[in-house]
Amino acid sequence: MLGYTITQWLFGILSFLAIMFALMVVFTRNPVNSVLYLVLTFFCIAGHYLVLNAQFLAVVHIVVYAGAIMVLFLFVIMLMNLNEDTEPQKTLISKIIAGCIGGVLLVVLVGSLKGAEQLQLHQAGASQIGLVKNLGKVLFGEFLFPFEIASVLLLAAMVGAIMLGKKEIK
Amino acid sequence: MLAFVIYKAVLCVIIFAISLGVAAYSTWWERKFASFLQDRVGPNRAGPFGLLQPLADGGKMFFKEEIIPNVSNKFLFILGPCLFMVTACMTSVVIPWGKDFMMGGRNFAFQITDINIGVLYLLGVVSIGVYGIMIGGWASNNKFALLGAIRASSQMISYEIAMGIAVIALIITSGGTLSLHEIVEKQDAGVCNFVYQPLGFLIFFICALAETNRAPFDLAECESELVGGYHTEYSSMKLGLYLFAEYINMFISSAVMAAFYFGGYNFPFAHELYNAMGLQEGSIWISLIGFGAYFTKIVLFICLFMWVRWTLPRFRYDQLMNLGWKVLIPLSLVNLAITTVVAYYFNK
Repeated sequence: MLGYTITQWLFGILSFLAIMFALMVVFTRNPVNSVLYLVLTFFCIAGHYLVLNAQFLAVVHIVVYAGAIMVLFLFVIMLMNLNEDTEPQKTLISKIIAGCIGGVLLVVLVGSLKGAEQLQLHQAGASQIGLVKNLGKVLFGEFLFPFEIASVLLLAAMVGAIMLGKKEIK
Repeated sequence: MLAFVIYKAVLCVIIFAISLGVAAYSTWWERKFASFLQDRVGPNRAGPFGLLQPLADGGKMFFKEEIIPNVSNKFLFILGPCLFMVTACMTSVVIPWGKDFMMGGRNFAFQITDINIGVLYLLGVVSIGVYGIMIGGWASNNKFALLGAIRASSQMISYEIAMGIAVIALIITSGGTLSLHEIVEKQDAGVCNFVYQPLGFLIFFICALAETNRAPFDLAECESELVGGYHTEYSSMKLGLYLFAEYINMFISSAVMAAFYFGGYNFPFAHELYNAMGLQEGSIWISLIGFGAYFTKIVLFICLFMWVRWTLPRFRYDQLMNLGWKVLIPLSLVNLAITTVVAYYFNK
């Protein structure tokens, strides 16, 4: 098909959809619609992981981001009853500043990707690394210490949230 | 290649039809079961034993007036029930319905797809199932619907954790595979996983009740407090889809429990029976007999779901949260710890 492989087609379609939905997150005025577009963006990114043969990452991405975190976002927005009327109108100056900062971030991101095409994957069998078994072996073998540190970090965040949520600390 | 595609397409249609058929007749059986437990007659007007009642209900749903509240978000209002139905149907893809069979020198799997992350796929689809309820409840622009949607989402998120941990223990017992086909095949020769994971099964069952929003966890549609919960504003077939998807969810979760903990299409003395009948390995009859055994288990689980519904009163909301976070999650962690230690010493 036009000289592209099916993987390239998938990549192109998924990227187009991901960027479009990500733009819709910013451009819709209704917060609930924004969250729903963000969920669609996450699905597109999960599709990218599948194209990269990283099945575990793809499913965990959906379970954790789309299935849990975004549900909580939606939860909060629904409870606070945010809608188009309560959306604060921003002044022109703040819009210009936000545009500039966003643009600078874009430049930084594009700059950091420069030279990425020369990077090589050193691990043998790197295309299989996304499978559950291989990923588990790497995480609990070579990278055990940083992995456990990350879990302690999450635990600390959880304890902190509970402390903040309590009305009075005895 | 063509034969393979045609076979898979036919299998998809058959499984879809079976899911819908079972869901339709579950509504009939639910009412018959309730009437039995409450010493009533139950539906008996449409056809013999009221067997045509689901068709009559379906027809009624389609011909009812369709009302969309004019202040709600129309697109999301319609999207809600569609999404709920689609996610309910998606889970049946990874379930192994019977043994593989050979026909014309080819191997056919009695399963739509055997992806090697089947268990994770199930958890993923279950976790996005809540969007149908949340979107529908919010788009109704009704306080009761919103409260129902919020209850449903917090309940599903809370019980997913305990369910996930129970599944991890199960995966350790069945040798670290995430494919449902292999989990069921592991139980072929030996005993079923329930023997190794009784506590895990109990946790999984309670979580399945909560995830399908069945009583005693049906706080999302608690009619004594919230009118009709998340589907208060729905009418016609959109309401029908919500109610129907609940029965499909029940069917699929029964199938998953039977596959995870009760051997799926395996049954005691299966090989002796096949030998006595003179069936060769790979015969389609073995697949069909296995499917029959599996289906019996599923029906028994559906009956168990109904029995629980018509026996236990509904939880209060704080009791629901206490049960999820303070009882089930610690229990499932203990179960996981014990399983890990035992599995480690057995494998050494």
